[in-house]
Amino acid sequence: MSGQGAFAGALLAPEAARPEALRDPSGARATRRFDVYRNNVAVALTEALAAAFPVVQRLVGEAYFAALARDFARDHPPRSPVMAVYGAELPDWIAKFPPLAALPYLPEVARIEQARREASQSADAAPLDPRALAGLSPEALAESTPRPHPAARLVPTRDPALSIWARNAERPDLAQSPPGEVLITRPKLAVLSCAAPAGTAATLDALARGAALGAALPAGADHAAIFACLFNAGALVPQGDPEP
Amino acid sequence: MQSHHLPATAGVGFKSAHFDELADPGAVSWLEVHAENYMVEGGPRLAMLDDLRARFPISVHGVGLSIGGEGPLDPAHLARLKRLIDRVRPAQFSEHLAWSTHEGSYFSDLLPLPYTEATLARVAAHVDEVQQRLGLRMLLENPSSYLVFEESTLSETGFLAEVARRTGCGLLLDINNVFISASNLGTSAQAYLKDYPVDLVGEIHLAGYAEEDDGQGGPLLIDTHGAPVADPVWALYAELISRIGPRPTLIEWDNDVPDFPTLEAEAARAAQVMAQRRAA
Repeated sequence: MSGQGAFAGALLAPEAARPEALRDPSGARATRRFDVYRNNVAVALTEALAAAFPVVQRLVGEAYFAALARDFARDHPPRSPVMAVYGAELPDWIAKFPPLAALPYLPEVARIEQARREASQSADAAPLDPRALAGLSPEALAESTPRPHPAARLVPTRDPALSIWARNAERPDLAQSPPGEVLITRPKLAVLSCAAPAGTAATLDALARGAALGAALPAGADHAAIFACLFNAGALVPQGDPEP
Repeated sequence: MQSHHLPATAGVGFKSAHFDELADPGAVSWLEVHAENYMVEGGPRLAMLDDLRARFPISVHGVGLSIGGEGPLDPAHLARLKRLIDRVRPAQFSEHLAWSTHEGSYFSDLLPLPYTEATLARVAAHVDEVQQRLGLRMLLENPSSYLVFEESTLSETGFLAEVARRTGCGLLLDINNVFISASNLGTSAQAYLKDYPVDLVGEIHLAGYAEEDDGQGGPLLIDTHGAPVADPVWALYAELISRIGPRPTLIEWDNDVPDFPTLEAEAARAAQVMAQRRAA
């Protein structure tokens, strides 16, 4: 194995032998000193995940989160130096992590946090201007083809995950949110989260595939409520104009 | 290519918590940002950076290129970096004499390499590639060391000088790293600075360290960037500035980030060292 291969292999695996050709100033093998790098890597990965998933960290506690981050990093070491995007697989990984099965809402809270992170880093775009729709007949509105804002994300929840997130993120305004679809978007610089009516996810999916608004709204859903939710949250952009 | 040079004054590593207070920056006359934090499509991070670059000279400091890596540079990462450099048009770009990526996995630390003819050739080739791809002259920073490699045959100062000679790059002298390495390896920081090719210094870094136990009854200094600059590091800095004159000097404080007045006071102290040299 190459020098860096041995070094890299020992960084994430505490049981792996430390590389042999490393010395302290007395000429002895560097063990304690190699562990500085092991510790630096573990701390940096934990901090990167904690920055993206602060509510998950708060729900499981700092010490548990640090141990979880180390386990997660063995399955999913970063594949890029851009730590701002590290850990996108964490929500699904938590869902399959048996020790956390007693907290069924945790993967959903993690999905909300991941969606909020993605929204905060997505391309900027001006949301659909209300004036653009002001004069439209109901028929013309149904035939219009707005597209999802680059920041818009829909997170389905079975547990009241938005409410749990809100109570732990000091957002009392959202603390009574019901389970269901959660809309995350970012019309300007601030990320918005809100409970969305059933059918909002299907509507956004259809609009993303190019459907007209009338065809995108699913049968049996509250069309006015879905449209108001998407519109008020700035989750739509004009057709063919997804970039600023 | 570069719109202007970094001034020979004091700067700080930018933290978003300090954004509002930078309306009255005091002794802080330029800012450094970590390149990787801004490799996103849009949103508040880039908006802040766009705002700051209109008011301050910006130094972009990379932490993820893995210039000391055994493998080739990651073309996707170089492309992201090029995009950021083109957007920010910074006064300066710097990276580390270290590696952090191996076979596609990124290790979130600056990892050490042995100093040999083979690693020298590889680092020089990587620096060449970065400079050509970005269209600028970069600075290469000395690492903080905790251990030595059996196979090393070159001194760190000799290694850096030769990389610079072969590639035309400049150097970023981290005096805290010099002090940490000397303490951890039982060598002399003064001797290091005497051997160091000071004419190539385009920027100086100052930061704080933590002192731990080396397991054998001695201290092991850890490069935490989480404390004020230590007195012996200030002493080395003052000695160097009186010898070579003012250089762009950065206070790095990345962990346990203090309030802005505390950070600004560190910048003011560096500015005062440079002012004394100018008056002398």
